Amino acid sequence: MRPFAGFSFRSVCRAAAMGLVMATALTASASGAGPQVAAGRVPQPIIESARGDKCVQDPVFMRRNHMELLKHQRDDTVHGGIRGAKYSLNGCIGCHASQTTGSVATASTNFCQSCHVYAAVKIDCFECHSSKPARTAAHSPSPQEKPAQTAVAPQVQGVALQKQVKP
Amino acid sequence: MTQDTKSPSIQPPKSTSGRRGFLSVAAAGLAGVMIAPGVRLIEIAQAATADTAPSRGASSKVRWGMLIDSGKCASGCTDCVTACNTENGLSGETRATDSQWIRKIEIKEVRTGKTQSLPMMCQHCAEPPCVDVCPTGASFKRADGIVLVDKHICIGCRYCVMACPYKARSFVHQPLSNQKADVPRGMGTVESCTLCVHKVDKGEMPACVSACSDAGHGAILFGDLNDPNSEISRRLASYPSRQIREDLNLNTGVRYSGI
Repeated sequence: MRPFAGFSFRSVCRAAAMGLVMATALTASASGAGPQVAAGRVPQPIIESARGDKCVQDPVFMRRNHMELLKHQRDDTVHGGIRGAKYSLNGCIGCHASQTTGSVATASTNFCQSCHVYAAVKIDCFECHSSKPARTAAHSPSPQEKPAQTAVAPQVQGVALQKQVKP
Repeated sequence: MTQDTKSPSIQPPKSTSGRRGFLSVAAAGLAGVMIAPGVRLIEIAQAATADTAPSRGASSKVRWGMLIDSGKCASGCTDCVTACNTENGLSGETRATDSQWIRKIEIKEVRTGKTQSLPMMCQHCAEPPCVDVCPTGASFKRADGIVLVDKHICIGCRYCVMACPYKARSFVHQPLSNQKADVPRGMGTVESCTLCVHKVDKGEMPACVSACSDAGHGAILFGDLNDPNSEISRRLASYPSRQIREDLNLNTGVRYSGI
């Protein structure tokens, strides 16, 4: 009995095995504890470490759903005037701006750009939005400068609060 | 997969059969995938209410407006324009293709020769023609009366630019870089005075208002037109003021006195 017309049993088995391997690879990359350059043959995006203590959501969830959260938040912000909320783009940029370029999308290794180049998905956000944090945002990580952060924007204060939690 | 199979509600009773074991693990995986988004949504809903401190948002109880006293506005002073450019990251150039959110105009009474100076920008109409004509809904009025462009939706047709009787809107012709973090701007969209909405949401004054008072003129008063006890409402109630193009019956949020 042939499983599918036009395909041999062996080729179907091989395809199934390939599928299994790919699925395993996907889950492994999604549930990995920390993103890093893979030692293996599969190339992985280089992801720079963030400034804050932890992300607003589980990284696995964020990897798949950040676009939905941002899209929802953008309407709340533009139309409703709710700024500095949990999923604000400014919040993302505040934590994820590169230590070297100060941006999330300037160099190809910067946080947003790195994955988007890897996945070949173009981001339009930074054609209008600044890819760098607001003036004082997260650029003064030393504890001596913390009192100066009282006058910064609420979304930046969120970042500062997160940092204070860190021992 | 290991994460999904840990879920106690989904885990079936211990099964020894190979095929049944495989099926139950597969089912657990599937159910885990399906349940996870639901759980996340609840988490999101809870987090949204108990967040650190986002701004409260625009309320329809408030209507932001300005009262500009052209008697106090000094001829030749462009501090409001400069402050606007700095705050919003505008180039400040005045070529035909450059954005201009606020400009100073001089008016002259022909018979007497009396000149007056006043700033002109988006008048934040209660009945904005730009909103009426927008084909995509990008041009909109916020609950607190601030008229804005949602640049995520704007297609750059410039119908609103044509419709505005105050010539308040500009179109961005060139690719931009180094925008301000709070003021996203981009090529192919229309923009205009936002009443410094990012500052207003934080409880601050628009940049032009602060600059005018810093310059010692204090010609621009900003406040809530809906609150009868606000300074702006009391001034409007006790002194004569005008809307520009009153005949259009747009109920502007920016009022002028002394013209």
